Amino acid sequence: MSRPDLHTRAVTARELGLVGCTHCAKVWPAHVEVCGRCGQSLSRRDARALSRVWAWWTIGLIAYIPANLYPMLVTRTLFGTQESTIVGGAVELAHHGAYAVAFIVLFASVAIPLAKFAAIAYLALAVQRGWRGPALRRMQLYELVEFIGRWSMIDVFVVAITASLVQLSVVATVNPGPAALAFALSVIFTMLAARSFDSRQIWDSVADLEAGRHRTQQSSAAGPGGAPTSPVLPPVPPPVSPPVSPRAAE
Amino acid sequence: MHRAPATAEELKDYIVCPACDAVWRICEPEEGGRTTCARCHHVLIRPRRGAVLQVVALGLAVMVLLIGALFLPFLEIRIRGLHNASSIFDAALIFSGPELVWLSISVIVFIIGIPMARVGLMTYALLPILLERPVLPGGRTAFRWADTLRPWSMAEIFILGVGVALVKIVDLARVEIGPAFWMFALLVLITLLQDTFTCRYTIWKALDAAPPARRRRKARKAPA
Repeated sequence: MSRPDLHTRAVTARELGLVGCTHCAKVWPAHVEVCGRCGQSLSRRDARALSRVWAWWTIGLIAYIPANLYPMLVTRTLFGTQESTIVGGAVELAHHGAYAVAFIVLFASVAIPLAKFAAIAYLALAVQRGWRGPALRRMQLYELVEFIGRWSMIDVFVVAITASLVQLSVVATVNPGPAALAFALSVIFTMLAARSFDSRQIWDSVADLEAGRHRTQQSSAAGPGGAPTSPVLPPVPPPVSPPVSPRAAE
Repeated sequence: MHRAPATAEELKDYIVCPACDAVWRICEPEEGGRTTCARCHHVLIRPRRGAVLQVVALGLAVMVLLIGALFLPFLEIRIRGLHNASSIFDAALIFSGPELVWLSISVIVFIIGIPMARVGLMTYALLPILLERPVLPGGRTAFRWADTLRPWSMAEIFILGVGVALVKIVDLARVEIGPAFWMFALLVLITLLQDTFTCRYTIWKALDAAPPARRRRKARKAPA
């Protein structure tokens, strides 16, 4: 690669005493509070962001417990009433020989939610404790968690659709159980936890570690500490061409 | 102290990566290309020809399909002479037991309310641009909200949920797919297209370039 280590050379808005809009990407001087273009409130490094992450994370985890203990579906047939939890339903599917479906259910409703909790906790702890590690990998992990988060709602929708379809008087009726609500809440809270996380802090913590000033930076918000001496910023490199664009020469 | 570019005029040429806070000088790619943040690989600019028109047109198509899909039968089930047809509304309202009513409301909000609200907000913000009129009051805020609501619009997840539910039921009954299902499937496709067309940078540039609003109303409000 001809591009020399761009990720270590990048200059952040914080270092320049500027603040960037997280919605429309416009740059403002540090004292501006609300983006003049789109109206988004401009947060510098919000120390409370991590507290919000942990708050949503905790109630998400709490809601996930009843989601597993209570029945997700209540099936009434001619032969009686049957209540099945998430894991119970999967075990039953396996007994009927549908191993593939049982595996998918376990993967989607148990493994993915737990992995999401673990990933968010890891990202938040890595920022708080200043763990060493590749920022780009963490960023990709964060984007994955944000992408997958909403898809967990599928379990709730499947319950709704199954229950609304299978309403056949005495032969069979399926009704949602209390776990459906708990599961939906757990998914929503986890999404909120992921969205409260400020991905810029991943890069801050790693950059601070490299500069050996992790502890001192935590409290000062948009401090100009360690700012580069040159005001000349690197251009946006298009993906294929070399990083120096003709515009930079203006 | 270092000298940072501080005046609005100087800052105009720069863009901040919303994901990692790196500052870059703006360099627009060709149409169809894209510019990513060199540090975190977040896509910053992805211009398309007629992006605003496409966003508005697809949005209006979504609105029509949503209204149609709401009330037409979605799925029908037949088992030993018994029969039940279900519209999207039925599917959402199934949670309407006393303690599950909130779930019912949130399902409706996620699959119908929020997608519709997004279309409304986007059209409100962007239609004046197409007509070469000034942006309506609150138009910018409307677009920001439409974008903020994107992850909470779950129509495509619902449609996949239908697929999974069908696989589960199909052994025990004959399930027929109603017209609303196809409308919803088309809607999901359009939503995905729309999300790829929506480049925040391009749209904010269009909003910036719109002729300034005449501030008649503001003037009248001034204290006497």
